[in-house]
Amino acid sequence: MNARITGTGSVLPDTKLTNADLESLVETDDEWIVERTGIRERGKVEEGEATSHLAARAARGALELAGVDPSELDLIVVGTVSPDMITPATACFLHRHLRVGRPIACFDIGAACSGFLYGLEVVSDMLASGRYRRALLVGGETITRFIDYEDRGTCILFGDAAGAAILEPTDGPGGVRSSLLKADGEFWDLIHIPGGGSLQPATTSMISQRQQFLRMNGRQVFKLAVQNLEQISHEVLDRTGWALEDVDHVLVHQANLRIIEVVASRLGVPEEKVHVNIDRTGNTSAATIPTLLDEVNRAGKLKPGDKILCAAFGAGLTWAAVTIEWTAPQVGS
Amino acid sequence: MEAVIHRVSSIVGEQLGVEEGDLVPEASLLDDLGADSLDVVELVMALEEEFGIEVPDDDVENIRTIQDIVRYVEGKAEARA
Repeated sequence: MNARITGTGSVLPDTKLTNADLESLVETDDEWIVERTGIRERGKVEEGEATSHLAARAARGALELAGVDPSELDLIVVGTVSPDMITPATACFLHRHLRVGRPIACFDIGAACSGFLYGLEVVSDMLASGRYRRALLVGGETITRFIDYEDRGTCILFGDAAGAAILEPTDGPGGVRSSLLKADGEFWDLIHIPGGGSLQPATTSMISQRQQFLRMNGRQVFKLAVQNLEQISHEVLDRTGWALEDVDHVLVHQANLRIIEVVASRLGVPEEKVHVNIDRTGNTSAATIPTLLDEVNRAGKLKPGDKILCAAFGAGLTWAAVTIEWTAPQVGS
Repeated sequence: MEAVIHRVSSIVGEQLGVEEGDLVPEASLLDDLGADSLDVVELVMALEEEFGIEVPDDDVENIRTIQDIVRYVEGKAEARA
């Protein structure tokens, strides 16, 4: 038994931080940012808005497209590095916002930017077990809460968003075809948020040293991202039994346009198959793949039988790739 | 085997999209050849593949010109010989 995606949804915050806005916060300029990242604006949530709020809006869109009522869900999984609280899980808040109305399985996945793809494997296997029938998987972030707007290396990159998918089991050959999940903890310090956990709990001195914010070694990450995304893409395609030429759509984690371009060119994938929305979103961590998938789906670009390759990379280091044979009806047809 | 300088120049030219005439040994990657920090990462990756070497991040800081690359690559080759 496979799992198939029957609906998608996504949301970007109404408030945007443009490159011009960032020029007034740190020493940077629009041309520099666009050349190195491809980003023109990124969403930023308002005071009081949390990851579960964005996740609920994205989820409602996905439920509607799938024709599923929240009361029919029996599993909610959220990939995030910016949960509403350290505990409970954001998936539990989402369960409440959606008024599921009865206790079901809800948990978060901590695989950073690879979270949605980690979630696709976990949810697919849970559905394949036959014990779950309708799952909601969300990649959602309000990562701007953890960004240091005095660090020009990171504050230009990140934005908030949520993307959701409804997954249901299928006896057909389509759906989530294969997946590969990887991590190497030796590289934990390349992307991390040092403070606020058990190693450096919240104290006034931790906060005065700005340890609650995300830290990143951009150059090293760039190199490892390119190498690992290329390699894992080949591996997951081999496992699926697809050649690169068979793939109709490539969705690479939207971390930096330059990474996407280099990976696409090393793979030898033509530009028109490589989808991009980072110019309007920034790096939204676990939300990039589901947000992009929903945009491509709602634009009517996904037809039944289309072959999709997704690959993501993030803190951990984690990286993952998933192949999907699209089964839902073409939107707008 | 083709001289290291020619192989390096050819990779730099291809990666940065610069004319052969500009690829002089003392040309600075950032100042003369218009590379930015990410171009340098891509260039290092291409050099690692071409010469079968590994360039640690700390070493990248010391590589500024085409001549620096040639010396670095030759040093790595000697260390291996």
